[in-house]
Amino acid sequence: MRRHLLSAADLDLGDATLILDTAEQIDTALAGREVKKLPTLRGRTVVNLFFEDSTRTRISFELAAKRLSADVINFAAKGSSVSKGESLKDTALTLEAMGADAIVCRHSASGAPHRLAEWVQGSVINAGDGTHEHPTQALLDAYTIRRRLGRLDAVRVTIVGDVLHSRVARSNVVLLDTLGAQVTLVAPPTLLPVGVESWPAEVSYDLDAVLPKADVVMMLRVQQERMNASYFPSVREYSRRYGLDARRMATLPDEAIVMHPGPMNRGMEIAAEVADSVRSTIVEQVSNGLSVRMAVLYLLLGGAHMPDGAVA
Amino acid sequence: MTSSPAWLIKGVRPYGEDAVDLLLRDGIIAELGAGLDVAGAEVLDAGGLIAMPGLVDLHTHLREPGREDAETVETGSRAAALGGYTAVHAMANTDPVADTAGVVEQVWRLGREAGLVDVAPVGAVTVGLAGTRLAELGAMADSPARVRVFSDDGVCVADPALMRRALEYVKAFDGVIAQHAEEPRLTQGAQMHEGVLSARLGLAGWPSVAEEAIIARDVLLAAHVGSRLHVCHLSTGGSVDILARAKADGVRVTCEVTPHHLLLTDECVTGYDPLFKVNPPLRTAEDVEALRAGLADGTIDAIATDHAPHAMEDKECEWAMARPGMLGLEQALSVAVQAMVLTGALDWRGLADRMSVRPARIGQLDGHGQPLEIGSPANLVLIDPDVRAVVDAADLASRARNTPYALRELPARVVATFLRGRPTVLDGKAQL
Repeated sequence: MRRHLLSAADLDLGDATLILDTAEQIDTALAGREVKKLPTLRGRTVVNLFFEDSTRTRISFELAAKRLSADVINFAAKGSSVSKGESLKDTALTLEAMGADAIVCRHSASGAPHRLAEWVQGSVINAGDGTHEHPTQALLDAYTIRRRLGRLDAVRVTIVGDVLHSRVARSNVVLLDTLGAQVTLVAPPTLLPVGVESWPAEVSYDLDAVLPKADVVMMLRVQQERMNASYFPSVREYSRRYGLDARRMATLPDEAIVMHPGPMNRGMEIAAEVADSVRSTIVEQVSNGLSVRMAVLYLLLGGAHMPDGAVA
Repeated sequence: MTSSPAWLIKGVRPYGEDAVDLLLRDGIIAELGAGLDVAGAEVLDAGGLIAMPGLVDLHTHLREPGREDAETVETGSRAAALGGYTAVHAMANTDPVADTAGVVEQVWRLGREAGLVDVAPVGAVTVGLAGTRLAELGAMADSPARVRVFSDDGVCVADPALMRRALEYVKAFDGVIAQHAEEPRLTQGAQMHEGVLSARLGLAGWPSVAEEAIIARDVLLAAHVGSRLHVCHLSTGGSVDILARAKADGVRVTCEVTPHHLLLTDECVTGYDPLFKVNPPLRTAEDVEALRAGLADGTIDAIATDHAPHAMEDKECEWAMARPGMLGLEQALSVAVQAMVLTGALDWRGLADRMSVRPARIGQLDGHGQPLEIGSPANLVLIDPDVRAVVDAADLASRARNTPYALRELPARVVATFLRGRPTVLDGKAQL
């Protein structure tokens, strides 16, 4: 493993598999325990540096660090660092001086965690940067698929929605390819990036044609403001062409699962009855996120005291 | 001028051709020949060095007035002289904007006081670079700064009616509009070249078509009204094609390319280091090849630096928040040698044409870009073509440090620069 987790591309098959296996071991170790806490990162400091609102991801990382007994600091610097007056570099040096062992960074600017990694000694974990990547989301998605379907190799994953602006899609395409899955992207052409043909994924504009061949459907959040920039004409038209409703869900193979990274726009990209169906893994994704983030923190910070052979 | 001593330059090779001696006296090349011996002249042994007419930059940001923390006319002039330049065009996007006779005169006067290169101010096309109404172009033309090149550089004159009027209006004093070709709606929020890498890096794309669409429109406008047009910093192969066609059709259009677009590609962006953020953005290797070919065949007239100094804090930040632009004056010649001469695309005479002769003609600087012959103004640069050196950002004369070439090994070194017979650089060191 490298020192940082900035992109899903930082992980080769061995690294990615190690993280998923570690998450599984953590789940096993904690299953049925009353006190869900491991002493592994006692005395280590994890900083959640969030320049963008994201309660879900921040809480997930916070709980993951706390369950590993790390000291956790939440540093919310909403808005751009420039408008706040302090630069990202000065913030980085401040955290460095406080002895942060890991910085979990969420930022609206693509590449901000890469810059951070140049200025600090500790590990930097990308918790979502602009429209670039969100590697721990992809890891928890892969973990969820593996738990539900028992494998990742040759699993057919369809990712639907605003691929152009989605860091979730970017990380998933890279990681799922590494893990041997077959990815198909479905979106209106306006919401696919120029250059997508170079990605290790098939591309389709036709959701109905793809669904019968999907083991996994991952719906992306679509922001309504994209409509104002003419990426699509209306919410209704988007929902009709690219939304997952009960009728479409019925065309999936029997074992197929439905995923969503949250937060959902119920009624837009995903119908309520789909989100709440037995195929849906949306709530599991949240709890799996905790295990995967514990695994990432543990592996990056080189914790040495996993109990009971929980980690090899 | 007459008080400065004569200089006898021994054994120099003009344009890399046969070695001769040059006598610089009274601001001109007074004598040229083998075995010159002149009593009282300072002697410079230039064995192995190549002489070219002093370089002329059509596109320099000197940042004064307004951002003297990034560059001043004086520090930029020193960087220019060290880069082999004897004249630079100072872009208008200062604060206040160079959109009045008062501001262009101030910049011109600061250039004279620095005395290291001739500083020719560029006037803004529109008031405040706002793109809504014409600045007083005639007043700037008639001022002591004698402005002939007008540009809203940094911003495109996007309104086609306003662009047409500007092209027409400057005919009265033989001016030229230098367009920063960037369709604003197609580049909203744009961060890098739109392509495979922008898709992967999650940075909003700056599509080639946003440049090419404006160039196509402008050459048609220039043809329609019979005006001169100059296109700044070409960055795409498609732009080269449009200009080749326009020139073949007889349109009076000229254009430039930057050193960085001749050497660097969008691959440089991979680490998100804003040193490589520039507008127009670094493009693909295919674009670099097309630009080199266009420069070699003369479709592209000039290498222009787009020297863009920025304060440290404007580059040591997130990519999206960084200002676009990179230094160029001190490494332009070395980059051009690397990209054009060592590849065999241009010989030294060709390089002199693209870095001195044609830019001087486009900017109407009569004393510059003249051939190395008796009677020409003694504006020249002496180059050691055989050294290679690693660029150290700390060594730059520019006040800013945002060079994209740090730690890169580049060929050729400017040994001496003469401005009207007076050395501004000797042994690689500025003389003021």
